[in-house]
Amino acid sequence: MSAVDSLTFVGRVLLRHPLRTSLLLLAVGMGVASVVVLTSLGESARRYVTEEFSSMGTHLLVVTPGRNETSGVGPSMFMGSTPRDLTLGDAMALRRSSAVKSVSPMVIGEASLSHGGRVRQAPAIGATAELLRLRHWKMRRGRFLPAGDLDRAPSVVVLGEKVRKELFGAEPALGGFVRLGDRRFRVIGILQTEGRSLGLDVDELVVLPVARAMEAFNTSSLFRIMVEARSRNALDRAAEDTRLTLKDRHQGEEDVTIVRQDAMVQTFDRVLRALTFTVGGIASVSLLVAGVLLMNVMLVSVSQRTAEIGLLKAIGASGNRILFLFLLESGGLGLLGALLGLAFGMVSNLAIGYFVPMLTLRPPIWAIVVAPTFSVVAGIVFGLIPARRAAALDPVDALAGR
Amino acid sequence: MIEIEGIERFYQVGDQQVRALDGVHLRIEDAEYVSLMGPSGSGKSTLLHILGLLDRPTRGHYRIDGRDATSLNEEELARTRRERIGFVFQFFHLVPYLSALENVELPLILSGTPSAERRERAKAALARIGMAPRIDHLPDQLSGGQRQRVAIARALVTHPAVLLADEPTGNLDRRSGDEVIELLEELNADGITLVIVTHDFDLGSRAQRRIRLADGKIVSDERSEK
Repeated sequence: MSAVDSLTFVGRVLLRHPLRTSLLLLAVGMGVASVVVLTSLGESARRYVTEEFSSMGTHLLVVTPGRNETSGVGPSMFMGSTPRDLTLGDAMALRRSSAVKSVSPMVIGEASLSHGGRVRQAPAIGATAELLRLRHWKMRRGRFLPAGDLDRAPSVVVLGEKVRKELFGAEPALGGFVRLGDRRFRVIGILQTEGRSLGLDVDELVVLPVARAMEAFNTSSLFRIMVEARSRNALDRAAEDTRLTLKDRHQGEEDVTIVRQDAMVQTFDRVLRALTFTVGGIASVSLLVAGVLLMNVMLVSVSQRTAEIGLLKAIGASGNRILFLFLLESGGLGLLGALLGLAFGMVSNLAIGYFVPMLTLRPPIWAIVVAPTFSVVAGIVFGLIPARRAAALDPVDALAGR
Repeated sequence: MIEIEGIERFYQVGDQQVRALDGVHLRIEDAEYVSLMGPSGSGKSTLLHILGLLDRPTRGHYRIDGRDATSLNEEELARTRRERIGFVFQFFHLVPYLSALENVELPLILSGTPSAERRERAKAALARIGMAPRIDHLPDQLSGGQRQRVAIARALVTHPAVLLADEPTGNLDRRSGDEVIELLEELNADGITLVIVTHDFDLGSRAQRRIRLADGKIVSDERSEK
């Protein structure tokens, strides 16, 4: 029996029961589609997070106050010591290392800005000139924060586009003044709109020099310091210098956490990859269910077609031929269902991407390969019992309708 | 030539052993016309199934064209059925969703014959039995006699040496039955070996060689000249 004839034979069987066939394809297809969509979600989350972090440069250290003990119980748990503040002085001291290219201290808070009669609450970042470069922001108009002495920074502010519009409306904002707390700040620049950056909407942001922001928020501790090493190779030395400098300044206590940006990216990458595998695994349970359904339907089909199978044997089909035809049927259902599921999954991805433009859903390559393979294998494995039953039918009994 | 020696076929029904065939010797020459007769349970159908390689004897030897069929494996048995043996059943056993032509093509599909040749041969076989105008009809659009003729064309299309018919007229009215028998006899006259199982005495006595079975044994074997 030639391959074309076998396919034609099975194709006719499938077409003869359109409802049965389409329901089975639907079951398998939904299983494959759910694997595709769920792994796409996991994968796009992974890509989004790692790209966001990588865009900030990979030879970056992030210093935060307080020590994160991840290796068990530390003495501070029992001493109940509060970490020392991470101060502007600490940040300036870090600049002295030859491995460090720039130091960018940051505070964040919620600022209440007013201009004329208008008041507006906005998330505010106290930062330095370097932040523009590190975050890959662009200016729409004017300048970003000036470089220079951290302590003696001028009272200037950079606004996001939305904040500008709400405070100034049609008025020219550049050179104008906003009141923040009890001080007046001169507007020197407007940020370019470019969507979200690590969960912050640039349009709604207010950026001011870090020293002025600490005054405005009435705090003496920094939120974090971003330390940029001169090169990738200098990263280790920069981390060590940072650690020693801060230990020295904090009376010999290591009460800050220093995280390498590249290590952070890798951790996120690993965690989200594991998450993707997990949701893919959960989704493939539905493929197993589809397989069991397929087996059930095939068993019914074998008993309905007993006489036909007996006839095929009588006119010269061997048991192996019958086995092959039934496995071709169940495996073919698996394959067609998988193709349907892939198409359905891709369409769903596009639909989700349309409603949530932030996410471009693309399934990981392994999911595109594994899900259809799994569904064909499931088709064959679950088809095995019905197919063997058909192959083992005694032609005499089968023809007699027994 | 078909030759069986000391064939026994036992079934286990509950704790009782049923001896369907109990030491049958038989030699059928090429182009013979044989009827197997006997009451139900005499073993005539079992004998036909063994001759057609659908059933294996419990003991004994079966040679077809000089080869020992009892030693063939499942794949070789299927091929021998395909190439050497044609079956005609009481209930026709046409595949209901295939046209007459496609039903006749079925054995050639199984043997892997290319589709153009297959179509030619199937058409020729249908023309031979007078069904040429109805090749595109589905079985349920045909009368009983016409269905049995399509089934005969299906048995013929592989050019078998032996045609085995199990009550071929059992499900037909008198007139269609006679037509079918005449067709089978014509084919026999052309040189095919014909074995018919029947419990219809009139039908059985038309054969040149008439074998009667009872209780799994041959009780008489008569010949008359053609």
